[in-house]
Amino acid sequence: MDILNALVTFLNFVVVPATAYGAQLALGALGATLVYGILRFSNFAQGDTMAFGTMITILMTWWLQSLGVSFGPLPTALLALPVGIAVTALFLLMTDRVVYRFYRAQRAAPTILVIVSLGVMFVMNGLTRIIIGAEEQNFADGARFLITAGEFKTWSGLDEGLAIRASQAITVVTAIIVVAWLFWFLNKTRTGKSMRAFSDNEDLALLSGINPDHVVRITWIIVAALATIAGVLYGLDKSFKPFTYFQLLLPIFAAAVVGGLGNPLGAIAGGFVVAYSEVLVTYAWKKVLGYLLPADLAPDSLVQLLSTDYKLAVSFIILIIVLLFMPTGLFKGKSG
Amino acid sequence: MGQPFLIGDQMTGGYGAADILHGCTIAVEKGEIAVIVGPNGAGKSTAMKAVFGMLKLRGGSVRLDGEDITTLSPQDRVAKGMGFVPQTSNIFTSMTVQENLEMGAFLRRDNIKDTMAQVYDLFPILKEKRNQPAGELSGGQRQQVAVGRALMTKPKVLMLDEPTAGVSPIVMDELFDRIIEVARSGISILMVEQNARQALEIADKGYVLVQGANRFTDTGRALMEDPEVRRSFLGG
Repeated sequence: MDILNALVTFLNFVVVPATAYGAQLALGALGATLVYGILRFSNFAQGDTMAFGTMITILMTWWLQSLGVSFGPLPTALLALPVGIAVTALFLLMTDRVVYRFYRAQRAAPTILVIVSLGVMFVMNGLTRIIIGAEEQNFADGARFLITAGEFKTWSGLDEGLAIRASQAITVVTAIIVVAWLFWFLNKTRTGKSMRAFSDNEDLALLSGINPDHVVRITWIIVAALATIAGVLYGLDKSFKPFTYFQLLLPIFAAAVVGGLGNPLGAIAGGFVVAYSEVLVTYAWKKVLGYLLPADLAPDSLVQLLSTDYKLAVSFIILIIVLLFMPTGLFKGKSG
Repeated sequence: MGQPFLIGDQMTGGYGAADILHGCTIAVEKGEIAVIVGPNGAGKSTAMKAVFGMLKLRGGSVRLDGEDITTLSPQDRVAKGMGFVPQTSNIFTSMTVQENLEMGAFLRRDNIKDTMAQVYDLFPILKEKRNQPAGELSGGQRQQVAVGRALMTKPKVLMLDEPTAGVSPIVMDELFDRIIEVARSGISILMVEQNARQALEIADKGYVLVQGANRFTDTGRALMEDPEVRRSFLGG
């Protein structure tokens, strides 16, 4: 019984939250890795693109709520999501037109584009704060739980409960659908294949008659969709705060680098590696160990390796280890 | 005989301020094989790139089937029926053999099945490996993918930049056989080759370039028999 209780505690406090967080990071990292693979630079504005897309979705959600529209047990934000994606896509296309295209025409070095994206990041960052403010916003509605801890306890007869929040279930389901669609698109459609060809060998892609402007446009639209979806899922699961989204840049890049920059499969694996590492290191193991160890060995302290305030350090450490020992990542990326 | 099918006429130009080509002329007739040979740094690849529009010309012109295409971009020349196989990075390594061929046919909106079947007939090993990433193939097989990709546009002229670089002599012979087969199907071949002797053997026409200018131009056979060409460029 103790082992089952330990397992349920572990599932409840580690596996469920880390899986949802991993799915959110994976979607964010997919966006970063697509930009790296196809446009050939690390997009520092990725976190703020997520913030921007989420902001538009929140504004749309509030408007829908004021009209009395609801999506039943699902959050209204899911109805507002397409608008958020569309506006973000337009914004990114416009940014490309006035900023990135200029540097692309000059065949600017990737390091220059990184700094350019830093500038774009500051602009988006400011824009988001001007429009919605720097404070925290909650926009989740609909059902709160798929399974509550209490329901689980009565059903299983265990001391420990397993709660799955609706936002966590929605995150995982949405992430699976989005990733499946993205892989279908990249591997089966003509446009998707041309994007992979462009990422693989730009000169040969041009020789084959692939239109670079079209590839760049489609890439930004997909990046807008991935960033907005990732941002909205993160906001539903936790809350929306522009600064937090800016900070997500680090775990997102850690995820993309772990998996191998430019490799979509790697971005997904990397998202879960980073999420699980973060949660495992910052989780207080006292309860789980208390069930597993004999009473006299049970720990007095919280057995928390790192305070949650330092969770960003985990991404830094992962990033450094990967760059030192396997710079191309788990799935042969283009960096290194 | 009239106009050759494809001609780079009196081409002068280079990558920067200094010219590499000095009034160089390269031409190929329909269904024939023309080979450009010469010492290192003679401007062989540059001449080929100039014909394909990857180099801005300061003088001279390029004509395809009588039409002046001097100002067209390489992409537009592909659409006009020119296929080009670069010397290096000539395949999509992360994509399967079949996807490489599909990308070759990217500009085509009609059914590409027949062309693909023809490429597989020409290079049976590619059919066997069609679902493998092209980057996992051997050097000779990669060259077959590269040639196959260029053939997918159904080009009228196929331009090959040192197709046998880095492959074994046996594979080289085999590749040359395939190239002859392609030419017999009516596609003109313009090719730069390091292996001058073998290349001239299969050439209808040979161009010996030295310092960006034509030194000798004749049929492949005549060049092979020319004592001066033999002494200077074919090693006796």
